[in-house]
Amino acid sequence: MNLSIARRRLAPVAVVGAAALVLAACGSDPDTDNGDDADSTETEGSGGDGGSGETESDLSGSLNGAGASSQESAMQAWIAGFQGENPDVTVNYAPDGSGAGREQFTSGAVAFAGSDAALDEEELAAAETACGAPAVDLPLFIDPIAIAYNLPGVDNLQLGPETLANIFNGTITTWNDPAIAADNPEATLPDTAITPVHRSDESGTTENFVEYLAAAAPSVWTHEISGDWPAGLPGEAGAQTPGVLQAVDAAEGTIGYASAAAVGDRTTAAIGVGEEFVEYSAEAAAAVVDASPRAEGRAENDIAIELARDTTESGAYPIVLISYTIVCTAYADANTGDLVKGFVGYMASDEGQQAAADAAGSAPISPDLQAEVQAVVESIEVG
Amino acid sequence: MTTTANPPPRQATPAPRAKARPGDRIFSWSTRTAGVLILVVLAGVAAFLIVEALPTFQADPAEIDGGEGFFSYVWPLVFGTLAAAVIALIIATPLALGIALFISHYAPRRMAQGLGYVVDLLAAIPSVVYGLWGIQWLAPRVQGAWAWLADNLGFIPIFTGPASATGRTMLTAGVVLAVMILPIITAISREVFLQTPTLHEEAALALGATRWEMIRMAVIPFGRPGIISGIMLGLGRALGETMAVAMVLSTGGFTWSMVTSGNNTIAAEIALDFPESSGLKTNTLIAAGLVLFAITLAVNMFARWVVSRRKEFSGAN
Repeated sequence: MNLSIARRRLAPVAVVGAAALVLAACGSDPDTDNGDDADSTETEGSGGDGGSGETESDLSGSLNGAGASSQESAMQAWIAGFQGENPDVTVNYAPDGSGAGREQFTSGAVAFAGSDAALDEEELAAAETACGAPAVDLPLFIDPIAIAYNLPGVDNLQLGPETLANIFNGTITTWNDPAIAADNPEATLPDTAITPVHRSDESGTTENFVEYLAAAAPSVWTHEISGDWPAGLPGEAGAQTPGVLQAVDAAEGTIGYASAAAVGDRTTAAIGVGEEFVEYSAEAAAAVVDASPRAEGRAENDIAIELARDTTESGAYPIVLISYTIVCTAYADANTGDLVKGFVGYMASDEGQQAAADAAGSAPISPDLQAEVQAVVESIEVG
Repeated sequence: MTTTANPPPRQATPAPRAKARPGDRIFSWSTRTAGVLILVVLAGVAAFLIVEALPTFQADPAEIDGGEGFFSYVWPLVFGTLAAAVIALIIATPLALGIALFISHYAPRRMAQGLGYVVDLLAAIPSVVYGLWGIQWLAPRVQGAWAWLADNLGFIPIFTGPASATGRTMLTAGVVLAVMILPIITAISREVFLQTPTLHEEAALALGATRWEMIRMAVIPFGRPGIISGIMLGLGRALGETMAVAMVLSTGGFTWSMVTSGNNTIAAEIALDFPESSGLKTNTLIAAGLVLFAITLAVNMFARWVVSRRKEFSGAN
């Protein structure tokens, strides 16, 4: 009798225990944390099937990439344009985030990656193992970050880097602060309280914005640079770009940063560069990229850019996000290599850059940079 | 233990035990499979969380978000999760009980039915819509009230100013959550109130009780376990709610104040940071999910315990 009670009580426990063991085995599978993209990366091999036709004109098969969500809408435009020209090709891009994209690229799971940051040394080494040749970063997506504010009656706000940093720091708390007045001698500023708005999610936009603040106003902005907004600063947070802009719209006295394409007709501040104030524009964003030096100590073909956030170049808008397309310089699988050359070549073309500008509001890269990227793409070894 | 004199040998009894027909067997197997499956799924989720969270606990504390280890990363989130849920319960519980009693004991039958449908309808609205409603409609309208609280009751820690300029605060998130859990608590309470034995009610009335006294003496004691179950189900929903909080709340670091921007919940943190996370950060988020899982489990077990403890006094027998 007692035995049967014990058995009855223990039975569910045993079931749970057994199930836990079974599932623990599944859980340790390294793929489980990226469940979503598993299917897109698994199709990788299928590209080899149609690889017999070597001619450029009839590309076929499928190409898989993953990475930054900042590139997502541009990537959709690129994929649509490229697949329109090559009907037998399927390009997949999983916007899992820059880190996940680099991880999948360096482990050889995807043929190319999109990333808001260039590969670091460790990743370069891992990528070289996966590719069998060095990997290179190509800056194909330049997204200006606009500073949007909500202050009726003040249309042409100008903000120097230190003023901007102090606003987001919480040091400057009202709009008629002497520092803001000094930047805007002609404006009549109200005494409205300032509410800085930042992203609540981790984001490349935040990372680039704080990088700018740290570079252009190093004495004011001393917080750690990461995609997460520094904890403990006053202000509001909004989820993703629409959340930030919604918060800016919601109350007077707010100021926030967001991808320029999404800002629409909100009032934006001109940023102090050297002696002048520069409004964001596609040309101004491309100008800062051209004025910036290349990152040193990398492969010959690599075009990783050390953005000169503190540039004093006239007409350059320093708050931009560069999202790279990361590819191998050699592909063992001929078909994959041809597809990468075709697709990335299309991204770097006038047509591709214009498609991204139309779809995502990005700033087309300058003709010089374009030519340089095309040369790198041409040099990719296939087969 | 007294031994019975002659336990009849099992096989000898030609007990009129019905012959198991295929249908019986299939049905018993399918129910058993369903029962086992739910345990397997639960164990699977727990195993996944534990395995994926492990690297967080093994990692160097300096590498965890915030640089001070997992505990200091997760406790503000736990606080935020509990704060949002408690605010929601404080608002929703009296309202839900009022609505349930009105529907079961006060409203004319026809109206009660309509009202019941409307309340159930609230449960069918997706949380994204609640989020949009909270951020676009509710937040600007409650902003003034929160500012008043900060100005006049600012000496109480939870109302410390300055109030958020957009109204997207923990208190607003709590109000949205309250609306979301209202139908759950209402539906369950209404059902148990309707099941109060008519004899109990009539006895109370016959003893001279007013309607309110009858409800207090017969309906509420009878329904107490049901009310608690409803509240706990609502609490579970409030603890785990993701989208509405992620959209409405202006997230930030820990603060006692419920009327400024700041604080975050575990579920919202995961939803906001997971898309761009990789490596250890992913593990950290999953570890936070494990903590939420444990909290929910504890809440449910506590609710079970309360319900079973109260059973004898409920008057249900």
